[in-house]
Amino acid sequence: MMDEDDPMAEIRASFFVECEELLEALQDGLQIMDDGEADDETINIVFRAVHSIKGGAGAFGLEDLVRFAHQFESVLDGVRSGTIEADRNAISVFFQSGDILGDLVRAARDDDIADESRIQGIMSSLTSMLGADAQEDEAEEDVSDFQPMGLSLDLGLDIGGNDAPALPDLPDPGGPPAPASTVVFEDGYTIHFLPDSSLYASGNEPLHLLRLLREMGDLDVTCDSSTLPSLSELDEEKSYLSWTIHLITDEDEEAVRDVFDFVADLCTLTISGPEKPAPRGPAPDTPPPPTTSDDISTPQDSTSASLNSISTSKAAAALNTNKTPDVKAPPPPASPPSASKKPVAPSSKSNKPRPTVRVDLERIDRLVNLVGELVINQAMISQSVAEAGLQTNSAVSEGLDEFMQLTRDIQDSVMMIRAQPVKSLFQRMSRIVREASSMVGKSVRLKTEGDATEIDKTVIERLADPLTHMIRNAVDHGIESPQDRLAAGKPEEGIVTLSAGHRSGRVIVEVVDDGAGINRERVLQTAIEKGLVAENAELTDSEIDNLLFMPGFSTASEVSDLSGRGVGMDVVKSAILSLGGRVTIQSNPGSGTIFTISLPLTLAVLDGMVINVARQTLVVPLSTITETLTLMGPDIRALGPQTNVIKVRDSFVPLLDLGFELGFRAPLDSYVGSIALLIAQEDGDHAALIVDSIQDQRQVVIKGLQDTFGQVPGVAAATILGDGKIALILDPVDVVANADGRTQPVQSNLQLAG
Amino acid sequence: MSLQILAVDDSRTIRDMLNLTLNQAGFTPHLADDGVHGIEVLEEMSPPPDAIITDINMPRMDGFGFIEAVRKIEKFRAVPILVLTTESAAELKQRARNSGATGWIVKPFEPKKLVRALQMVTG
Amino acid sequence: MSETQNQIDSTEIELLTFQVGGQEYAIDIMSVREIRGWSKATPLPHAPNFVRGVINLRGTVLTIVDLADRLGMGRTDTKERNVIIVVHTGIETVGLLVDAVSDILAVNKSELQPPPEMAADNEQAFVSALMIAGERMVRILALSAALPSENTEAA
Repeated sequence: MMDEDDPMAEIRASFFVECEELLEALQDGLQIMDDGEADDETINIVFRAVHSIKGGAGAFGLEDLVRFAHQFESVLDGVRSGTIEADRNAISVFFQSGDILGDLVRAARDDDIADESRIQGIMSSLTSMLGADAQEDEAEEDVSDFQPMGLSLDLGLDIGGNDAPALPDLPDPGGPPAPASTVVFEDGYTIHFLPDSSLYASGNEPLHLLRLLREMGDLDVTCDSSTLPSLSELDEEKSYLSWTIHLITDEDEEAVRDVFDFVADLCTLTISGPEKPAPRGPAPDTPPPPTTSDDISTPQDSTSASLNSISTSKAAAALNTNKTPDVKAPPPPASPPSASKKPVAPSSKSNKPRPTVRVDLERIDRLVNLVGELVINQAMISQSVAEAGLQTNSAVSEGLDEFMQLTRDIQDSVMMIRAQPVKSLFQRMSRIVREASSMVGKSVRLKTEGDATEIDKTVIERLADPLTHMIRNAVDHGIESPQDRLAAGKPEEGIVTLSAGHRSGRVIVEVVDDGAGINRERVLQTAIEKGLVAENAELTDSEIDNLLFMPGFSTASEVSDLSGRGVGMDVVKSAILSLGGRVTIQSNPGSGTIFTISLPLTLAVLDGMVINVARQTLVVPLSTITETLTLMGPDIRALGPQTNVIKVRDSFVPLLDLGFELGFRAPLDSYVGSIALLIAQEDGDHAALIVDSIQDQRQVVIKGLQDTFGQVPGVAAATILGDGKIALILDPVDVVANADGRTQPVQSNLQLAG
Repeated sequence: MSLQILAVDDSRTIRDMLNLTLNQAGFTPHLADDGVHGIEVLEEMSPPPDAIITDINMPRMDGFGFIEAVRKIEKFRAVPILVLTTESAAELKQRARNSGATGWIVKPFEPKKLVRALQMVTG
Repeated sequence: MSETQNQIDSTEIELLTFQVGGQEYAIDIMSVREIRGWSKATPLPHAPNFVRGVINLRGTVLTIVDLADRLGMGRTDTKERNVIIVVHTGIETVGLLVDAVSDILAVNKSELQPPPEMAADNEQAFVSALMIAGERMVRILALSAALPSENTEAA
């Protein structure tokens, strides 16, 4: 739970979100590099992604992440500057590094631990890529230190600076000369400060520095303006002033030096501390200061050469601690701008993506719920209006029609709010392919299409597992080994294509591999061995293909590292079914296999058929109904003593009584004239489900059922009808799968069907 | 009457942190997410900011480019510019200085050090 | 001895007393979300007998448990005047079908006594404490015992 009072916690959470975006950009960039289409900017993007992750990680003290990111960044920097070549091997290491980076990010976010051995492995790959340039002990400076540049003084910069140093008055030129520069005070620090012109040019301002010194203790400042020429000769961009400063403070010399941090190389600076044995001072009791002695020697000579006078009292007074200096604000003025601006949030710019808003997922869920309520409410009103017997062309009815249309439009818009591009999901699959193919020693690449296709966020999340499994399967079983592929005249590298698109109101996701296709003989054999299919059964190609989806099918003989976990395609299928989706399979021996997943656009609404059974109203998802039938006498044939089948065109289909299967009532005496729904099974077979009557077809809002008493078999969810009553939403496939099958009245001697 | 600081960094997290730190220290932050945006924001600031903080590695226009562009504009010649960087190499600091930077802050920044650095250049 | 021990800081608790199967029961008012009149529930197939079904509670699907049935006192013959007490156990929200609601009592925890051990009545498991209110004996309902989750496999 986030502490709402802690803004840092919020920023931290936001950081992890940003990391995901950066990781995605990283993947994109690497993909472009892999495709050989990279330009200069590509490597910059990749570099910056890792760089930014490292920067933020450092701020939150995520050391493992920082360490790895730093190494990765260093290598990328080498690529950026041309010292390291980004060949295929390198890119492969980069992809893996990206994966590790993602792992570390998530580990940091979830307070988890990432796989150390894997990290080490990639780390050493990265280190070896740095080769001769790799610094053993990277001079990763202690981040809290400012470092003086320590470079030569003359930088020859004259790119402009202040108009003039901010002194209230110009001192008289040529005052009485005095060896100011040789002054060393007995107590406190003696600081001689002669700025170069470049100091001003860089935006630094002696006044600020003096102020900071003043905060440290007692300050006495003397300005030497002896080199100041007359106004007519004055060059605004040159430096003419220097200062002698006497500071009495408890702080150590380093603190004093710190003040001059930014300008140490832009001026002539000497600091002599109180402990330093002064030329004419008593030997100090305190230990000698830790500073270098260089500062004291040469610069003093050079400054003494340039300075030869004491400042006038005015200038001195101006900088004296005892008086509050007449602060002439240096350009730009220190007074705040009149118009107080709010912090400018990064706004839309010409070539940035459209502006977005970050919204709490909870708020969206609440909105989706409310819209759901709206739909229900509107249905209730419709019902009342209908019952009130109003004419369909009355103002009320017409108004209601419009209202219904508006509601539907709102609903559509709201549903799409939660929609996200599948890109991040597909990128995850990219990684799965990399890992899987390296584990089984095959060369496989993932191609994606339709990355920008948008699907409801929840659907994406629930699609991840089944999709992962299908991808793994494709690599493991679909694609042949490199030798086999070459022998078959195929390129060594296998291709798995993952695509997404919208089609007639649904989302279609396809997993295609260019492998060997389904080995139908093997599959049939395995199915027979496992007793899933009768020995002499004759099955069509498509039926054999669909055997893969049967529970207990997994070809244990081919257990590899991946599939050894015993998760079969049946789990994949039921996961997809539970999403309201369907999955079908197409295979061509020698050329490959296609899995097609069809998903609803959202999980929140359902197109259903409202039916009555045993005086209960239920909703059957339209997607599960192949057709509706009215049963005629001759259609109904007895199968066994308790069960019936019906003839549908050329095949026989089991007959099931929904009222009985749901435990609402006993089987009827006769089903002649009954209405049955033809339900498609997983394996392509059908079953006929008898209902009492069909009310109508409509779109309903899905409400979840609590798990209070365990899962209710055959019931997927519930909805609220126009009259406010709850109608259960049926899962007909589940009902059929678990069906008892009895459609004949119960005899006195009950024999339970096998 | 607080000091106006322009902070430019392409990382949203860093911008958030700068925003927080600057606000807490009594400054008024203005944020931009790369060099080009930084110039846009800068041009709308009147009077100019009291100091600028900028990252180095940014898309569209990096830190060096940004500093040079700022220094080319007359009224911004003397605005103190602090470079925020994870990179501590001397050459980079030199390059920053050559572009016209006033000083630097190392990332990740300690809020106290950031404020101090700002004090050093704005008084 | 559950709910009544939830009040760590105070020794006083408030109980909602109600009638079920001709007997008087009570639960901690803190678990009670609301009280509503009875409306016909949509039955859940293959649910345990004491689960009457679900009703629409302002847009949410609420499971209704026939408390009398659950306590072994037989199925409630529902009339309009039956009451549903909507309770929240921390994990789930459920509606308890009862005969009527009596009143709210402020009770000191010291007034609660543990029920005597009696093997015969399986009602026992559902009573966490006893209390005397005037001439009545009030049974404090062990809510979590009455509402198992996952225990009962729908047949």
